[in-house]
Amino acid sequence: MSETQAKGRLADLLFFNLTRTVAFITLALLGGIVISLTWSALPSIEKFGFSFLTSSAWNPPADDFGALVPIYGTIITSIIALVIALPISFGIALFLTEMAPTWLRRPLGIAIELLAGIPSIVYGIWGLLVFAPIFGQYVQPFIAQTLGKLPLIGALFSGPSLGIGILAAGIILAIMIIPFIASVMRDVFELVPPMLKESCYGLGGTTWETVSKVVLPYTRVGVIGGVMLGLGRALGETMAVTFVIGNASLLGSFSLFMPGNSITSALANEFAEATPGLYTAALVELGLILFVITFIVLSLSKLLLLSMEKQNGGGAH
Amino acid sequence: MLQSRIFRASLLALSLGLAGFGAQAAEITGAGASFPAPVYAKWADAYQKATGNKVNYQSIGSGGGIKQINAKTVDFGASDMPLKQEVLDKDGLVQFPTVIGGVVPVVNVVGVKAGDLRLTGEIVADIYLGKITKWNDKAIAELNPNVKLPGDDIAVVRRADGSGTTFIFTNYLSKASSDWKSKVGEGTAVQWPTGMGGKGNEGVAAFLQRIPNSIGYVEYAYAKQNHLAWTWLKNPAGEFVRPDDDNFKAAAAGADWSKSAFGEILTAQSGKGAWPISGATFILMHKVQDKPAQAAEVLKFFEWSYKNGAKLASDLDYVPLPDSLVKQIAASWANIKDASGKAVK
Repeated sequence: MSETQAKGRLADLLFFNLTRTVAFITLALLGGIVISLTWSALPSIEKFGFSFLTSSAWNPPADDFGALVPIYGTIITSIIALVIALPISFGIALFLTEMAPTWLRRPLGIAIELLAGIPSIVYGIWGLLVFAPIFGQYVQPFIAQTLGKLPLIGALFSGPSLGIGILAAGIILAIMIIPFIASVMRDVFELVPPMLKESCYGLGGTTWETVSKVVLPYTRVGVIGGVMLGLGRALGETMAVTFVIGNASLLGSFSLFMPGNSITSALANEFAEATPGLYTAALVELGLILFVITFIVLSLSKLLLLSMEKQNGGGAH
Repeated sequence: MLQSRIFRASLLALSLGLAGFGAQAAEITGAGASFPAPVYAKWADAYQKATGNKVNYQSIGSGGGIKQINAKTVDFGASDMPLKQEVLDKDGLVQFPTVIGGVVPVVNVVGVKAGDLRLTGEIVADIYLGKITKWNDKAIAELNPNVKLPGDDIAVVRRADGSGTTFIFTNYLSKASSDWKSKVGEGTAVQWPTGMGGKGNEGVAAFLQRIPNSIGYVEYAYAKQNHLAWTWLKNPAGEFVRPDDDNFKAAAAGADWSKSAFGEILTAQSGKGAWPISGATFILMHKVQDKPAQAAEVLKFFEWSYKNGAKLASDLDYVPLPDSLVKQIAASWANIKDASGKAVK
C-alpha cells in the first residue's frame, strides 16, 4: 500500500465521520426541540389533556385554554392557499416551459423567483394596507352576491365584508406560496427528456395531451414535492397571516369572511406578554401541535408517493 | 477549593479595580415591557452622556421581562402589569413605577370629531361585550344630545397581541362593569366576546381608520401623535374628563401607593380630574442581590432619571411621576439588599 493511498483512506474516513456527525447533529437537534417543547408544555398537557385539541376556549385571565380555533385557522388558511395556488402555479410552470417564447422565459422566471424572496412582513403590511381595503370593498361583496347565494357553500361566504379574515389570509398565503410551487414545477418540467415530449407531439398529441400524459406522470414526484414545500410554508407562515387574519379566538360561524386565528399568529401575538405558568405552557403546546401537524403532512405526502410508485411498478422516475 | 479562592480573589480585585479607578464605566442590562421602551432608551442615552455609564434595555414584552428577571439574566425587569404582593414575595422581587401613561378610547364615526363624544365605563364595557351594537343606542344618545349619531352597527376593534395597554383597559372595564368582570376579566390578553384584533397600536389605528363606525383603544401618546378622535369619559368623581397629562397625573396623585407594594393600577381613581384609564409601568428587581454593585448602578440610573428625565418623558407624551411618589420610591430602595443584608444603595 503506498503512502498516498493510506492518506487518502484516512481522509475518506475523516470525511465520512464528519458528514455523519453533521447529519446526526440534525437528528439530535430535532429530538431536542421535541423534548424541550414537550417539557415546557407539560403543565398545559397535564391540565387539559386531549380536551386541549377540542376546546375553543382561549381565556388567559381564567387560565382556560384550547387549541381548536388556531388549529382550524391554520388548516383552513393553508387549504385555501393551496386550492388557489396550485392551478395558478401549474399554469405558470406550463407556460414557462411549453408555451412561452424563449426570450420571455428567463425574465419571467427570474421575476417569479424574486417574488419568493420578498420578506413575509412586507406581504403582511401590503395585505393589511393595500389588499384588505380593496378586497373588502369590491371583491367580498361580489363573492357574497355570487358564491354566497349557492346552497351549502354559501354559508362560507356570508357575513360583513371587513376585508380581513380567514379568506383574506388564505389569499395572501396563496400569493406567497405561488412562486415556490411554480419554480419547483418549472424546474422539474424542464427535466423531462425532449425525446419523450417530441414523441407525443409526433403521435399527433396536443400540448395539453403531452403535459397530462407525459410531463405530469414523469414529474409527479417533483410536483408533489413542490406542493408540499408550498404547504409547509403556508402552515408555518406567521407575520403575513398575523396582519390579515383578524386575530379573533372565536368559533362563532364557519364563514371564511370572519376573523380567525392561526397557531403561528397566536404565538406571535401573545408569547412576549404571556405570564409564566399555564398561559406560557399552553402557547408552547400550540407550537408542539404545529410541529405534529407538519410531521403528519410530510408523512402523508411520503405515503402518497410510495403508493403511487407501487401502482406504477416503479414508474418512469 | 483553590480554584474558587482564586476566582474570588480575582473578583475582589476586579471590583476593587472598578471602585478604585471609577473611570471604568458600569454597564447594566434590563428587559421587558415595550410600552416604556422609547423613554427608557431616551433616558439611557442621556444618562450615558452625563455619566458614561451604559444601560441596555431590551424591549421583549412584559411576560419576557418577568421571565428574565426570575432567571436572573438581567439586572432589572420591566412589566406593564404590576405583580401582586404574593407573587413578589414568592419570587423575592420588589417593584416600583417609572412613568405613567393613559389609554384612550378612539372612534371613527362620520361627523364625530375628537372630543365630540362622551362615554362612560359601563357603555364602553357593553360595546365590547356586544350588548350595545348600534351607535344610536339609547345609552349613548342620552349622553350626547348634541351629536348626530348614525344608526349603524358598531365595529369593535381591539389589540390582537398581548399588551399592557389591554391590561389597563380590561382592568378599567372590570371595575366599571360587573358583567365584564364575570364574563371576561382582565389581562394582557383576554377572550374577547366580539370584535377584530389589530397588532399593536398601529394595527388598531389602521383598522379604525379603514372601517367606518368603529371604536378602538390606543395608548394616549399614539392617539395624540396621530390625531385620532378621542372621547370624554366619566370618572368615579362623576365628572367628564379628557385624556391629557394633567388628568393622568391626577390619577397618580390620588392613589395610595404605600399599601400595595407600589402595585397600584390607576384605573377608575376617585381623585378629582383623574382620567379613569391610566396606568403606570413598573421595574422589577430582586430583593436580595447576588451582584449588589450592579443593583446599585440600576438604582443610580433610575434616581438620575427621576431627577433629570421628566422633560424627556413629557416630550414622548409619557407622564412623569409626581414628586411625592418619587420620594416614596427612593425610600423603598432601602429594602434592596446584598446577601449579608446590607442595603445596596
